[in-house]
Amino acid sequence: MKRTHIIMLVGIALAIVALIVFSVGDFSTYDTISSAHKKQGKFVHLIAKLDKTKPIEYDAIINPNYVTFYAIDSLGGNTKVVYHNSKPQDLEKSERIVLKGKMQATHFECKDILLKCPSKYKDDKTQLEKTLDETTK
Amino acid sequence: MEFEGEHLWIGKLGHLFIVLAFVTSILSTIAYFIAARKTDILEKNSWLKFSRIVFLTQLFSLLAVFVIIYSICANHYFEYMYAYKHASKELEPKYLLACIWEGQEGSFLLWTLWHCMLGVILMFKAKEWEAPIMTVISLAQFCMLFMMLGIYVFDVRLGSSLFTLTRNEISGPIFSQPNYLSFIKDGVGLNVLLRNYWMVIHPPILFLGFATTIVPFAYAYAGIQTKRFGDWVKPALPWALTSACILGVGIMMGGKWAYESLSFGGYWAWDPVENASLVPWMILIAGLHTMVIYKATGHSLKASYIFCFLTLAFILYSTFLTKTGILGDSSVHSFTDPGMATNIMIGFFVSLFSITPLVYFFIHSKKIPQEHKEERLDSREFWMFIGSLVFFLSAMFIIAKTSIPVYNKIFGSHIAEPEDREFSYNKVMIMVAIIIGTLTAITQYFKYKQTPSTYTIKKIALPTLIAAIITALLVVFYPFTYTKQGIGFLAAIYVASFASIYAVVANANYIFVGLKGNLKSAGGSVAHIGFALMLLGMLVSSSNKEIISSSRVNGINIPMGKDPLTKQQDNPLENLTLVRQVPARLGNYEVTYLNDSLGNEKNRRFYKMLFVRKDSTNKITEQFTLQPDVYLMKDNNMSSNPDTKAYLNKDIFTYISYTLNKGQQNDTAQFKITELAEGDTAFYSNGYMILNKVIKNPHTEKYHTPKNEIALMADVTIYSKDSMRYKAQPVIQVDAIAATPIDDTIYAQNLFVKFAGVTDNQKIKLGIKESTDPIDFVTLKAYVFPYINLVWLGLIIMAIGFTISAIKRAKLNTVYAAIALVLVSVFMFYMFLLAN
Repeated sequence: MKRTHIIMLVGIALAIVALIVFSVGDFSTYDTISSAHKKQGKFVHLIAKLDKTKPIEYDAIINPNYVTFYAIDSLGGNTKVVYHNSKPQDLEKSERIVLKGKMQATHFECKDILLKCPSKYKDDKTQLEKTLDETTK
Repeated sequence: MEFEGEHLWIGKLGHLFIVLAFVTSILSTIAYFIAARKTDILEKNSWLKFSRIVFLTQLFSLLAVFVIIYSICANHYFEYMYAYKHASKELEPKYLLACIWEGQEGSFLLWTLWHCMLGVILMFKAKEWEAPIMTVISLAQFCMLFMMLGIYVFDVRLGSSLFTLTRNEISGPIFSQPNYLSFIKDGVGLNVLLRNYWMVIHPPILFLGFATTIVPFAYAYAGIQTKRFGDWVKPALPWALTSACILGVGIMMGGKWAYESLSFGGYWAWDPVENASLVPWMILIAGLHTMVIYKATGHSLKASYIFCFLTLAFILYSTFLTKTGILGDSSVHSFTDPGMATNIMIGFFVSLFSITPLVYFFIHSKKIPQEHKEERLDSREFWMFIGSLVFFLSAMFIIAKTSIPVYNKIFGSHIAEPEDREFSYNKVMIMVAIIIGTLTAITQYFKYKQTPSTYTIKKIALPTLIAAIITALLVVFYPFTYTKQGIGFLAAIYVASFASIYAVVANANYIFVGLKGNLKSAGGSVAHIGFALMLLGMLVSSSNKEIISSSRVNGINIPMGKDPLTKQQDNPLENLTLVRQVPARLGNYEVTYLNDSLGNEKNRRFYKMLFVRKDSTNKITEQFTLQPDVYLMKDNNMSSNPDTKAYLNKDIFTYISYTLNKGQQNDTAQFKITELAEGDTAFYSNGYMILNKVIKNPHTEKYHTPKNEIALMADVTIYSKDSMRYKAQPVIQVDAIAATPIDDTIYAQNLFVKFAGVTDNQKIKLGIKESTDPIDFVTLKAYVFPYINLVWLGLIIMAIGFTISAIKRAKLNTVYAAIALVLVSVFMFYMFLLAN
C-alpha cells in the first residue's frame, strides 16, 4: 500500500461515508400500528396481519388501482389500509404482511406490500400439517 | 406399528451415502492437510494417494445421493418428507430436477456436488498445489455435509437430512393408521412461481458460480501455506476468470428469470437477496484485476489475497443472509428460518471461512513480498488498482446497506429500508458507473510501469471524440425521460451513458490499435465491451421504461373518479382492466382481450391479448398477440406469468395482475325472444338495440358462409345507457338437416344475442339474454422496455471475453479452446436471446 493509494482510499471511503450519512435521512423504520399513528405522514414499515373478519374491497372493473382492507397487529392496533394497485395475489392467504407507506388520519396509505405467504413458506411445519390435513380428508 | 407401502430401504441407502460422504470429507481434509506438510516425496505421495481415493469415494457417494433423491421424487415416494414437500405427480422430469434444488437440503447437495467435481479436476490439474487446495475444498465439504446430516446430539438435530420421513416430521391423524400412505394422494409440489425453465437452469449455474469461488480462495491459502507467496496467482487466475464468468452469468440469469417470467416488472430491484450474490462477484472482479496487476508488475499481491479470501467469505455471507430467514421482512425471495441449530451451523461455517483466512493472512503478512517502488500516476497498474478499489468499496456500500436486518437483529433496532429503495442504491451506483466506465475506457491506454508522455493522449483522442459524438446523438435523438428524481440525476444518467459508450468505443479501438487485432489476447477488452454495453443497456432500458397500462381511461369507459378517501391521484396507477372484446388504448397500441384458454398444466389459464398499432390513416402497421397466463388456485389465489413481445430494439412486456377465478359458473338467465323487422328496436335492462338489416349469406370477419349452405345474419347495433355503441351479428345457418344458430356475445354488456328464427310475416326472432355471470375481464400491467437486448447482448459478450481470457491464461490448446468458446457462445446466445 503506497502513499497515493492511502490518500485515494481515504478519499473514496470518505466520499462513500458521506453518501451513506447523506442518505441516512432516507432510512425508514419498522413500526407498530400505534407507533405509526404517532408519526403520521412519515414513511414507515408496518408489520401486521390481514384482518380476516373484515372485507377486502377490490373491484377491478370500477378501479383496478384501488384496494382497501383492514390490518391488525399483535399489539391490538388496527387500521384501514388503502393500496393504489391491483390486489396482491395471495393477500387472503397471507399470514403476515409488511406494509410500506404512510399513516394518515383515517387510514394507512400503502405504497408497497410484502406478503409472507404459506405457499412461499411451505417449509413451515404447521402449514404443511394443515395442507396434509386438508388434502387427505 | 408396521406401515404399509413404504420404501424404507432407499432412504436408508441414501442416508448411508450421506454419512459416507461426510466421513470421507473428514478423512480427506486430514489426509490432504498432512500431505501438504510432508516434505519427503515418498511419504507425501502415499498420503496423496490415500486422499484421492477417499475424495473420489466422496464424489461417488454424493452422485449416489443425487440419484436416490431424484428417484424418490420421480417415483413419488411421499413417505419421504422431501418428495412430499417438493414433488407432485404432474411434474415433468425437468421440474423434478428443479424440486431437488427448491429446498435447502437439495441446494446444499447441488453445491457439494459441484465442489466435488471441481475437486476432481483440480486433483489432476493442480499438480504441486493439489494438497493445500484440496484441504480447503474438503473442509468446505465437511461443513456443508454436516448441515445435510440430520443427526441428533442431545435431542438437538444438527442439520437436516434429505431422507427424513413425512410421518416423523409432521403430525396428523392419518399417521395413526398403518395404511396412511394411501391417503396421501399427491405431494405439495413445486411452487407454481417456480415452474419455469429458468428454475431448472438458473440454480445449477449459480451454485456452480458459488462453488468455483472456492478455487482462487484455496490457491491463496495454498500460497501462504507453501510459503510460495506469489506463485499461486498464475494458476489461480484462469479459475478466477472462469468463476467470474459463471457467477456473473448465474446472477444475470436470475435477473432474466425475474424479468421474463416473474411478475416483478424488471430484471433488478436491489433486493437484498440479489445484492448478496452481486457483492462477491464485484469483489472477485476487483481481485481479478489485482491478480493481473501482480502478474505484470509485482504490485498488489496483498490486495489479491484479500479479495480472493473475501469473495468466498461473502458468498457464504450471502448464503447466511438468504438461508437463515433473517431477510424475511425485507426480501421477496428469502427462505424460511430453518431453526436455531442450523443457523448456528451456517454461522460457524461463514466465520470459519472468513475470519480464519484473514487471521492467517495477517500472521504471515510480513513475509508476503511487496514492491517498494511506488506506482506512477501514468502507469496502467495504478489506475487498474483504483478501479478495483472503487469496485470493492461500492460492493461494501451495497452489503452495508443490505445488512440492515442483521444490525436490527444484533442491536434490537428497527431500521427499515428507505421509501425508494432502488433510488437509494441508484444514486450511489450511478457515480460508481461513471468512474468505472471512464477507468475502463482509459486504463488500457496506459502501459504498465510507465507510459511515454504523449502516448495515451494520442491514442485515446479518437475514441474520446467518437464516444462524445455518439452521446451527443443520443441526447438529441433519443433523450432520456427519467425526470422523476430531478435534473441532477438525469444529468448523472447522461454522464454515465457517456462513460459506458466511452468504455465500449475505447476498448473496441484498443483491440485494433493496442493489440493489433490479436483477438486471442483481447479477452479483457472484449469483457470490458460487454460490461459497458450491459451498463448502457441498463441505463437506457430503465430510464426510458414506459408503463403503457397506466392510462386512466378504463376499458369500459367508466370515469375513474378520484380516490374516495384521499382525494389524491399521486400514486402510480399501473393497472388497467380490459373487458373481453372491448379494445382499450395502451400507449401506441389498441389492445383487445380476445379470449382465455386452458393450458396443458392443471389450473393454468392463458389470456389472449391482441395488440394492434395503426398509423394516422387507420391502416394496421403492426399486429401481434401476447398470451400472459396465470395459475389459478382453488381459493382465488393466483400466480402470474408474463408474456413478452421481443423486438430487436424493445420489449413489450405484459402480465395479468388480477382476474377472477371462473370456476363453476351457473348462468341461469334465459333467452327472451323478440320479433323484429328491419329498423325495429328492442330493449334490455341497460339500453336498447336496433335491427339494422338482415344479410343473406354473409362474409364478415367473424363468419363466412360455407359453400352450399344458406345463412342469415342479423346486423344489430346496441346502444347502452352509458352511450356506448356495440355491434352484434348473430347468424343462423341452414343446411339440409337443421337450422343452427350462432350467437354473438357482447361481453362488455354481458349480453348474448341469438338469431332464433324467422316468422311468417318476414320478421326475425331475436333472442336476448342478459347473463348473471360476472363480466369477463382481466386486469393487466404492461411495460415497454426499450433496448433491453443491450443488457443481454452485453452479458453474452462479457462471458465470451472472460472465456477468451481464461483460455489464454490457462494456455489451453487450440482444440479445447475452440470447444470452450463455441460452447459458451452457443449456450449464452440460446439462453439469453433465442429461448423463449
